[in-house]
Amino acid sequence: MNIDSIQNGFVIDHITAGKGMEIYRLLELSKLNCMVALINNAHSVKMGRKDIIKIGSNIELDTDILGYVDPNITVTIIRDGKVCEKKNLTLPEELEGVLRCRNPRCICSTEQELPQIFRLTDRENRVYRCIYCDSTF
Amino acid sequence: MTNKFGIESVLSILDLSVEEVDELVATAEDIIANPQKYAHRCEGKKLATLFFEPSTRTRLSFEAAMYELGGNVIGFSSADSSSASKGESVADTSKVISCYADIIAMRHPKEGAPMVAALNATIPVINAGDGGHNHPTQTLADLLTIKLEKGRFDHLNIGVCGDLKFGRTVHSLIDAMSRYEGVSFTLISPEELKVPDYVRNAMINKGIPFVETTDLEGSMPSLDILYMTRVQKERFFNEEDYLRLKDSYILTAEKLDNAKQNMSILHPLPRVNEISVAVDDDPRACYFKQVRNGKYMRMALILKLLGV
Repeated sequence: MNIDSIQNGFVIDHITAGKGMEIYRLLELSKLNCMVALINNAHSVKMGRKDIIKIGSNIELDTDILGYVDPNITVTIIRDGKVCEKKNLTLPEELEGVLRCRNPRCICSTEQELPQIFRLTDRENRVYRCIYCDSTF
Repeated sequence: MTNKFGIESVLSILDLSVEEVDELVATAEDIIANPQKYAHRCEGKKLATLFFEPSTRTRLSFEAAMYELGGNVIGFSSADSSSASKGESVADTSKVISCYADIIAMRHPKEGAPMVAALNATIPVINAGDGGHNHPTQTLADLLTIKLEKGRFDHLNIGVCGDLKFGRTVHSLIDAMSRYEGVSFTLISPEELKVPDYVRNAMINKGIPFVETTDLEGSMPSLDILYMTRVQKERFFNEEDYLRLKDSYILTAEKLDNAKQNMSILHPLPRVNEISVAVDDDPRACYFKQVRNGKYMRMALILKLLGV
């Protein structure tokens, strides 16, 4: 399988196999006009199988979403056909607009224009809490 | 919490450090000893009581607190008599009220509503109860009562009885008292109303000793404080569950036979039938003193947040 190399854009690599589509959806990559490639089940020496996403444009990439879905991801930034920077991700301290609070007693259940913000309260167990009602996710 | 305008609000008891709680308790004790000294501190200031849910006790306590500080009070006592009935958001309401008043006390049935107000207001917001979530000024009343009755916050075994699932006063009390050395909890409730996981996990993570039991009488001899709570009808989605659980624990004079002579009985009130009226005459009953202490702590908190 051949996919064109990128001149300017991103390679999102080492995605746990099966999570590529979730990231594609959360980053709303279907709305982009540039070249986007989603490779599922690529061979990986380290991981066995992995997903990869290539984006052929310098978009505003939300690394918080990536870090939340899979903190093991690496992001390579390509400029003029060359590797400009490699980023290792971690769980973000705060997530806005990614999760929705499911507590029917939370103020955001009735005031739906409120930003949905969650804060990381337990890194080890990946626990995020709604900033309004403290419900966990 | 402090918002983007640099305004400090109190939404949870944990917004106050142990030192700040000590400072508020000291101010409250001084107010009790020297009320005249504080009688004009808030002259020219207005408290807005925004009560989207009925609560005679807490609202009147805030109002009495502000009047005793020489200030004035504006506000409403139900969502029906506010712009919320026209669909106004909490954020907009708090921005509007910021133009009229100097400080807000807000009660709201939805959890986190005072947080939304505090993020948007240009004046301090005090959470006067948000659903089953937080009620920090009730906890301040509880803390002053404990300090006045026991003379300390440390090395106490605190029994909490009744609705530990939806009882916000219980969660706040556990948060507050978990910060003192040697404190342990005896959590007495029916299976269905045990403390939520996040409260239990927080105690485990902090290494706080606690036991969970359904046995009130068996627990009695070990308690320094017994904090009774009401099973609140308004927290249930299902009437059948409420009717089944509402009379789970009723404290009677006979059940106190095994209790320590210096145990203190607290209750955030209102009570329905979970403490027999006969217990009111027992010198260990502190719940009406607790009401008065709530007013003093609200006075101290208003003074602190207004910086006067």
